[in-house]
Amino acid sequence: MIAHAIFFYTFSIIAVVSAIMVTASKNTVHSVFFLILDFISISCLFIMIGAEFLGMIMLIVYVGAVAVLFLFVVMMLNVAQQKNQWFAGQQSSKHIPVGLIISTLIFVEVIIVIGGWKYKPEIFDINNSISQVSISNTHSLGQILYTDYIHVFQISGMILLVAMVGAIVLTFRQRSGVKRQSYIKQISRERAEGVEVLEVQSNKGVKLDD
Amino acid sequence: MIDIGLGHYLTLGAVIFSIGVIGIFLNRKNIIVILMSIELILLAVNINLVAFSIYLGDLAGQVFTLFILTVAAAEAAIGLAIIVVYFRNSGTIRVEEIDKLKG
Repeated sequence: MIAHAIFFYTFSIIAVVSAIMVTASKNTVHSVFFLILDFISISCLFIMIGAEFLGMIMLIVYVGAVAVLFLFVVMMLNVAQQKNQWFAGQQSSKHIPVGLIISTLIFVEVIIVIGGWKYKPEIFDINNSISQVSISNTHSLGQILYTDYIHVFQISGMILLVAMVGAIVLTFRQRSGVKRQSYIKQISRERAEGVEVLEVQSNKGVKLDD
Repeated sequence: MIDIGLGHYLTLGAVIFSIGVIGIFLNRKNIIVILMSIELILLAVNINLVAFSIYLGDLAGQVFTLFILTVAAAEAAIGLAIIVVYFRNSGTIRVEEIDKLKG
């Protein structure tokens, strides 16, 4: 139990500090790195409380794909070193008190809800938790994911497909002036347009045009 | 304090959620940081779902977390594509200079 507490506080303090640094750091690349640190510590928490599959999937999806995508875009757009301060300029500093008030209110509301929350004792039974079941977390997740939630699973696959098509359509552009190989042009070439038979007269030669 | 329960995880989720909301409002650099704040908010929701799922012994929360992960990945891809297109068209993604709608 004491080890649980130590690990929980270590990882959650790292997570909260790196979440603050995501919003507060001046360099956008540093923000992405703190985002990666945040994802890693949260997935360590997930693994610790028994959701191993989700922890590993978060490592793969967030750290391996999403954060690297962020890093790629930040470096491609060359916005890493922007010389302005992270607080607002003159004309937009009126957003700051509103934002602080709204986020403090949200935090206080959530804390009030959590603090007043009580379970009925027959529902909340720690001995009934998933880790007591003999099969592993991944196994049990797979058993319900492909049976009870199969339609939602397929819909999420469709969401990924639509996202992929959308991203490609948004960023694809046909550049002019780039020499490309065109298979259909190569295949559909006829003899008439490629080869020409000329009568070459002596001492005149042939004029080549290209 | 030593006995870690459900409330600790919910508080952690609330703290990260609030940091994400603060990040959306206070951010003056570029839109990419706003997208990262949205990822933080989704992460806080995931923490809540997984904590409830573990402490109640019900796997539905973890399945929902899986779907939220899917949607978050799709959202990041689409959002970054939009940002790339916007940067290509207007040359900046600073928050103050994106005011074409005059909102």
